[in-house]
Amino acid sequence: MEVTGLARKRWSRVVVALFVALLASLTFAGGAVVHADEVGTDEYDFVFSGNVKFDGEPLEDVLIKVEGNGYSAEVVTDAEGKWKIGVPEKAEYTVTLDESTLPEGVIVTEEGGATKKAEFGLTSNKTVNFFIGEGVRTTTSFLDQFIGRAFNGLSFGLLLALAAIGLSLIFGTTGLNNFAHAEMVTFGALAALTLAVDFAWPLWIALIGAVVLSGAFGWTLDAAIWKPLRRKGVGLIPMMIVSIGLSLAVRYTYQYFYGGSTRQLPGADGADIKFGPVSLSPVDMIGMGISVVVLLAVAFFLLRTRIGKATRAVSDNPSLAAASGIDVDRVIRIVWVIGGALAGLSGILFAFYRPGVSWDMGFQILLLIFAAVTLGGLGTAFGALVGSLVVGFFIEISTLWIPSDMKFVGALVILILVLLVRPQGILGRKERIG
Amino acid sequence: MSSEAKPTRGAPVKSTNLHIGEIKPGVAKVDPIIVADNVTRTFGGLTAVDVEHVEVPRNAITALIGPNGAGKTTLFNLLTGFDKPDTGSWVFDGTALAGIPSFKVSRMGQVRTFQLTKALNLLSVLDNMKLGAKGQKGENMFRALLPWTWRAQEEQIEAKAIELLSRFKLDTKAEDYAASLSGGQRKLLEMARALMSDPQLVMLDEPMAGVNPALTQSLLDHILDLKTQGMTVLFVEHDMQMVRHIADWVIVMAEGKIVAEGPPEAVMANPAVIDAYLGSHHDQDLGATEEENVVAMKELLDADDES
Amino acid sequence: MVDFWQIIQNAAIELISPTTAAYALAALGLAIHFGYTGLINFGQAGFMAIGAYGYAISTLTLGFPVWASVLVGIGASVVFALILGIPTLRLRADYLAIVTIAAAEILRLIFTTNTLEAVTGSADGLSGYKGGFAALNPIPPGNYGFGPFEYNAYDWFLRIVAWTIVIIAALLAWQLMRSPWGRVIKGIREDEDAVRALGKNVYFYKMQSLILGGVFGTLGGMIFILPRAVVPANYATTLTFFIYTILLLGGAATILGPIIGSMIFWVLLSAVSGFVARAQAAGWFPGMSSVQAGQTRFIIVGIVLMLLVIFRPQGIFGNKKELAFVK
Repeated sequence: MEVTGLARKRWSRVVVALFVALLASLTFAGGAVVHADEVGTDEYDFVFSGNVKFDGEPLEDVLIKVEGNGYSAEVVTDAEGKWKIGVPEKAEYTVTLDESTLPEGVIVTEEGGATKKAEFGLTSNKTVNFFIGEGVRTTTSFLDQFIGRAFNGLSFGLLLALAAIGLSLIFGTTGLNNFAHAEMVTFGALAALTLAVDFAWPLWIALIGAVVLSGAFGWTLDAAIWKPLRRKGVGLIPMMIVSIGLSLAVRYTYQYFYGGSTRQLPGADGADIKFGPVSLSPVDMIGMGISVVVLLAVAFFLLRTRIGKATRAVSDNPSLAAASGIDVDRVIRIVWVIGGALAGLSGILFAFYRPGVSWDMGFQILLLIFAAVTLGGLGTAFGALVGSLVVGFFIEISTLWIPSDMKFVGALVILILVLLVRPQGILGRKERIG
Repeated sequence: MSSEAKPTRGAPVKSTNLHIGEIKPGVAKVDPIIVADNVTRTFGGLTAVDVEHVEVPRNAITALIGPNGAGKTTLFNLLTGFDKPDTGSWVFDGTALAGIPSFKVSRMGQVRTFQLTKALNLLSVLDNMKLGAKGQKGENMFRALLPWTWRAQEEQIEAKAIELLSRFKLDTKAEDYAASLSGGQRKLLEMARALMSDPQLVMLDEPMAGVNPALTQSLLDHILDLKTQGMTVLFVEHDMQMVRHIADWVIVMAEGKIVAEGPPEAVMANPAVIDAYLGSHHDQDLGATEEENVVAMKELLDADDES
Repeated sequence: MVDFWQIIQNAAIELISPTTAAYALAALGLAIHFGYTGLINFGQAGFMAIGAYGYAISTLTLGFPVWASVLVGIGASVVFALILGIPTLRLRADYLAIVTIAAAEILRLIFTTNTLEAVTGSADGLSGYKGGFAALNPIPPGNYGFGPFEYNAYDWFLRIVAWTIVIIAALLAWQLMRSPWGRVIKGIREDEDAVRALGKNVYFYKMQSLILGGVFGTLGGMIFILPRAVVPANYATTLTFFIYTILLLGGAATILGPIIGSMIFWVLLSAVSGFVARAQAAGWFPGMSSVQAGQTRFIIVGIVLMLLVIFRPQGIFGNKKELAFVK
C-alpha cells in the first residue's frame, strides 16, 4: 500500500524481468553443459563409472544421468570417454545415456535401450557400460515427452495434494504453519515399511494400518502439543517455531531408529505398461486412483457432511463458529486426525513414486507442499488441490528444459512469481482491511 | 463559517452555518476540508461504500454515524489510503488524494486513529508519542548512526511529548510499556500520539468504544479542545449521546450510501435515519450487532422525544 | 572411561571459534529482522550462502582481491534482499516466511546443480580461496596461546578478524536500535498500520531492515568458510533453524543475546555431543551405535528449540518485563 499503483507495477515488472533472466540463464546454461567427468565422488562413497566408446574410439561430451532413491545427478564424459558419478547409497539406481548427445548416426544398440538399472555388488564401485553402434535414433517426439511428463506430474501433484490439503485444513482452522507436516508424511511411509516389511503383514493390510496409525499420530500431536499450547494462548509465530523444533527432533529420531538408508516397500518394482507415450507401472495407476478417490471423499466431507461444513465455518471465522454452537476443539481434533491420515497416505504414495522410504523423504517435499498451499491460497482446501497440481505439473514438465537436478527450482520460482501477481493465491480471497 | 468555540464544561459551543443551501445528502459546505466524489468500494459482490458526493466542513466536529455494516470504517480506510477504492476521487485541503499511500496522507496533515486501538505495546508510552512526530532526522538509517545530528531535535520532540502527555494525564506513565495501559488510556494515548504531528484533520474511529465511563468526559473535552486549537475532527461513533453532545454536523451512512446530513438535532429527527437503523436488520444477523442497533435506534427515538 | 577434561576442553574451544562468530553474526542479523522488525525471515541460510559463494567465486573465478570479493558478496546480498522484499514486504508476515525459505532453497539447488559445476563446484563445493586473506595476516608465523586455545598465526588472525567484525556489527546495531530509526523499526514490529498512520513509509523501513540483517548474515557466511571449504549441503534449511535456536536462546530483541546465545549453543552442543559420543564408546548406552550417538545432537536441538519458545520466549537476555505482555 506504500507505493502508488504505477510505481508498484514498475517494480513488479523489474522483479519479473529479473526472474525471467535468471530462468533464461539457467536454461541456456543447460544447453551448453559444462564439462565435468566426475560428480559427487568426493561427497559419496558409492560410485558408478563407465567408459563410452564407439568402434574403440572414446566419445567425449556424452551426457549420463543417474537417478533413484530421491537422488539425481548428471555427468559428461571426458576426452577418454570416461565418467564417474558418486551416489549416497548402496542401492539400485537408473542410469541413462542421453542419446541426443551421441554423434550423428550413432545409438545405443543393446536391448533395453539407453536406460539401465544398476546395483552395487560387494564393492562400492560399479561399472556401467552401454553397447554403442551405428543406427538411426528412435527419438521420442516433443509432444510424446510432454505427455509422458505431464502424467508423471499429475501423479506427483495428486500425492502432493493429499499432504497439502491436510496442511491447509490445519492452517485454516488453527492458523498454524505446521513445519512438522513433513514428518507426518514420512511417518506414513515408515509405518508402512515397518508393518509390511519388518512385521511382514500382507501389503494391503499394512498400508491401511499405516494410514490409521498416521491418523492416530495426528491426533497424538494435537493432544500432546498443540492443544495445550492453544490453551496456554501461545501466539501463532511462536507456535510455528515450536513446529520447526518438533520437525527437527522427530526427523532425527526417525534417522536414529531407521538409519540413513533408503528401503523399498514391496511391490515398488512392477514393470511399466505402455499407453502410447505414457508408461505407467500398475503401482502408479493404483496410486493415482487412490489419490483421486480420497480427494473426492475429502471434497464430499467438506461440502456435504455436517462436520465438514463446521470445519469450513471454523476456517472462515473461528469466533463466529464458536458463537453459533460449533465445538471448535472437536473440529480441530478431527482436522488433525484427517490431516495426519492424508499426510501418511501421501507419504506411502510418495514412497512408491520416488521410489523408496527414507527418514527425511517428507522434508524433501515440505517446501513443495508449502508452495502448493500458498499458490492455491493459504487456508483454502481446494486451493491446495489446485496449487499441488500446478506444482506437480510444473516440476515434471520443466525438466524438458532445465536439468533434472534443478526441477524444484522452477516450482519455487513460480511460487514467487504468482505471489507477485496474485498475493492471495489462485483461489484465495482478497483480505478486507480495517 | 464556524463560530469561535470556547472550551467550557457542560454545553460545548456548536459551530453553525456550515452548509450552503438546502440541507440534503451531499450538501455543499461553506469551507470544506474534504470533498469526495463517486467513491465506491466492493468486496466480492457486496458494495461496502457507494458515496456520490460528500463534503466535510473545516474547523468543525463532524460525526459519521450509521448502523453496523454501513461502510463507515471502510470509508475511513479509503479516505486515509489504507484501502483502495474501485472508483472515485477526493480532495483534502486542495490536494487530490486518490491513490496516495496512507503514510503520505498522514504527512499531509490528515491523521487517523483505529477502531481497535493500536497502541504499540512493547514500546514505552513516551516512545509511542515520539514516534508520532513528523520530519525526524534520526529516522534516516545513516543519520541514526550520528547521534549529534538528531539529538537536539529529539529533545524538542521529547519536551512536546511530555507536554501533551501531561495534558492527557498520562505523564506519570511515560516510562511504562503501552501494554500496561487500560483500554481508555490507550485511546487517549492514540489520540495524543496523533497530535504529535500537528495535524489539520483528526479522524477518530470510534473513540468511545470500550472506554470506561470515568474517562468519557475527559475524552470528550479533548475532542472539543482540538476544535478550539483550529483542527477539524471527523469521527465514527455509535454513542448517540456523545454525537448529540459534541458534533456540529452529522453525516449518516446506510448500506454504503450517505442517507442524511445536518446538525445533530435535525438529523436525529429525520425519518430516513430511523429507517436506516431499522432497515439494517436484514443484512446483519449476529446477535451482538442487532443488540447494538436496537440500542442505537432507541437512542434515536429518545432524541426525537426530547426535541 | 569418559575423559571429561577432554570434553570440557573441546567445548571451550567453541567459545571463540570462527564458527561461533559466524553464527553470532547471522543471528544478530536475524535479531534485526525477527526480534526488532518482526519480519519472519526463514532464508538466513541463503544470505550466508551468498556470502560464502560470493566471496569464493569472486576470488577463484574472477581473481578479485579480498576487499573486492567482500564487496561482491555484500552487493549480491543486497540484491537478494531486494528480490525477496519487493514482492512480499507488503503482504502478510507468513508470505515472507514462505518466500524466504523457498528462495534460500533455490539458491542451494543452483549452487548444487551440476550444470554450473565450473563455477560452483557443484555438490563438492569450492576450496582454495583462503590465500588472499592469509596474505593479509600481520602475525608472524608460529603457535600462540595456552591450554585449549593454542592456535597458529592464521587461526589467531581469523579469530581476531571474526570477532572484531562481530563487535563492530553489534555496536552498529546497538546504536541503530536506540535511535529514532530503531523506534520506527520496533513500532513496525508492534503494529505496522499504526506506524503507517503516523506518516512513516513502513515498506521502506522493512526493506532497510531486511537488507541490513541480510548483510550481517552474508558477513557471517564469509567468516564461516574461512576455516573450512564451501559445501552447498551446509546451507540447507536446517542452518536457518539452528540460527533461530541461537536467537531465541539469547533473546530475540537484544543485541548481546545472539552473540552469547551462539557461544552457549556451540559450547553446549560440543559438550553434549562429545559426552554422548564418548559415553557411547565407553559402553554407557547399550544399544546405541556411534552413528546414532552423532544424531542425538539434532534431536536435542529440536527439543531445546521447542522448550525455549514455550517456557522462556524472551530468551536469556530478554527483558522479563516484556514477557508479561508477549502473546
